[in-house]
Amino acid sequence: MSDVATLITREAVIAETSGETVGARRRQPRRPTEESPTIRWTLIGVAVALLVVFLLLPLVAVFAEALRRGLDPVIDALTDPDGLAAIKLTLLVAAISVPANLVFGVAAAWAVAKYEFKGKAFLITLIDLPFSVSPVVAGLVYVLLYSTSHGWFGPVLNGLGLQVIFAVPGIVLATIFVTFPFVARELIPLMEEQGTTDEEAALSLGAGGFRTFWMVTLPNVKWALLYGVLLCNARAMGEFGAVSVVSGHIRGLTNTMPLHVEILYNEYEFVAAFAVASVLALLALVTLGLKSLLEWRYGDELAAGRRH
Amino acid sequence: MHLDIRQIAKDFGDTAALHGVDLSVASGELVALLGPSGSGKTTLLRIIAGLDFPTRGQVLFGGTDASLKSVQERNVGFVFQHYALFRHMTVADNIAFGLRARPRARRPSEADIGRRVETLLELVQLGGYGKRYPAQLSGGQRQRIALARALAIEPQVLLLDEPFGALDAKVRKELRRWLRDLHDRTGHTTLFVTHDQEEALDLADRVVVMSNGRIEQVGVPEDIYDRPATPFVFDFIGEASRIPVQVKAGVPHLGGRAVPLPADVKRPADGPAILYVRPEHVTLAADGHGLGGTVASLHRSGSSRRLSIRLDGTDALVEAIAPYDGEAPPVGGRTALRFHSPGLFAA
Repeated sequence: MSDVATLITREAVIAETSGETVGARRRQPRRPTEESPTIRWTLIGVAVALLVVFLLLPLVAVFAEALRRGLDPVIDALTDPDGLAAIKLTLLVAAISVPANLVFGVAAAWAVAKYEFKGKAFLITLIDLPFSVSPVVAGLVYVLLYSTSHGWFGPVLNGLGLQVIFAVPGIVLATIFVTFPFVARELIPLMEEQGTTDEEAALSLGAGGFRTFWMVTLPNVKWALLYGVLLCNARAMGEFGAVSVVSGHIRGLTNTMPLHVEILYNEYEFVAAFAVASVLALLALVTLGLKSLLEWRYGDELAAGRRH
Repeated sequence: MHLDIRQIAKDFGDTAALHGVDLSVASGELVALLGPSGSGKTTLLRIIAGLDFPTRGQVLFGGTDASLKSVQERNVGFVFQHYALFRHMTVADNIAFGLRARPRARRPSEADIGRRVETLLELVQLGGYGKRYPAQLSGGQRQRIALARALAIEPQVLLLDEPFGALDAKVRKELRRWLRDLHDRTGHTTLFVTHDQEEALDLADRVVVMSNGRIEQVGVPEDIYDRPATPFVFDFIGEASRIPVQVKAGVPHLGGRAVPLPADVKRPADGPAILYVRPEHVTLAADGHGLGGTVASLHRSGSSRRLSIRLDGTDALVEAIAPYDGEAPPVGGRTALRFHSPGLFAA
């Protein structure tokens, strides 16, 4: 036993001395969680290559294709009545569905985070449903419910002069469905973490429910709320599947920008298609920029509720 | 404003957090609710504040029933363990919050609010901190601001839930003395919850010891420490040796010999019982009159020496304290003990 110990010690000493005398090839001490340079650079290289191929290149391609024949065809495509109508419709749909989901998201997060009630787990699952259901299915469900000819409520609503499917209300409904979870998912973890102590403090100081909500609850979640709204907006403007099913693709009437891009592309109007696509991409980039700005400026406050 | 709590019970589903608690707090008194976690002390405080509602029972403020009043109507100052300051507001806005939330008829002018905020900042010794944000303050400073905010609404009762629980030991002690001074100056009827016995005994006029949703004992700190009313209080507060005895005709017997007790000790019915005695209430009798025993161990403990003594005729060990420079028997040596303020409870 002691012989082995001596042997090991002696070998260690030899190793130590020889390392010292040769002087070279002494291994740099490395933190246990660090990888060797080879592995490190390979992984970084793979990640960068994938990013370039799958994200950066397509983005560049959109703008390159759009500007291939100069600026004039782009301006033509965007000032074309159908193109303008598509841009307007997309902005209109976002302008309706984002505030609607803002109100819904705050209400749902408030209920889930601040109260205990039966069926809470079910409500959270329900909020997540639009994330797991294919947008096409979502669109079909609305057709099934509101179609003028064979929907459950369609004939009645049509009798009242309200057309839902193949019209703006249907597009708004489908968009609201798809963007349902964004604000709520952003707020729920943050509000749950914050608990109800601040609200209790406000109430004990004599503030009413509305004042407490407006002065205490809302300011506590404002950055997460803004973040959720940005994500919601990005998806609302870009949604294709659900909207495609309910819109009917009526040019100048029910075509949103994503649908318009597809139609133009199918008609071999590549420059126009990419011109509209580049506007969509620009809107997305602005959203991303705002999101990054928020993260950079208010990172600490966002960290608690971040999941994307 | 005096406070009466009558038969307050609280059930959370099937489990009872409070079983019919009665308590009276005199106007201007500083009372500690002391107990381990799960003893119901915080629940009781929240029920008094109106942040929770009891299953049964009444809360009376100054003799009038407040049981059905909302937290806003009760006008209590509540201080939370983790401060609960509004982080997006300045210190001054935090303190002014309660005044600005008042209905217009009772709301002071902005100038008056500003003056009141200044006065309160001076009171909590943070004059000039009004423009800072809570994140720029230390824990102790935040808790003082939270107290100023609670005092701003001129509360009838001040309620503090583990007010020093989130602070480190040194700040905790400073704030304790400071809160006592502040209470002596402002005279608010104050209840505070703590699980720290030293804090409760040091700070409060009276201590309410709670366990498992019941009040074990209410008394001035001396009573709580020197004359515990129940085995729980003996165990929970300070230290105590437990000696199993047999009570015969009201007299405890140990290994067949009677244990002499002071006359004021309550005697349980005949049968097995436990004798509780604190180390500092054990005297080593130099004259040899008392319970005989052998020193089992001896060690230094700060400024004094601790002895464990095995009593004759039993395995029970009794802890005792000998002064550092005084006479003490060596390990294995014989000694005799006399008990002051022991407790005797049926086993």
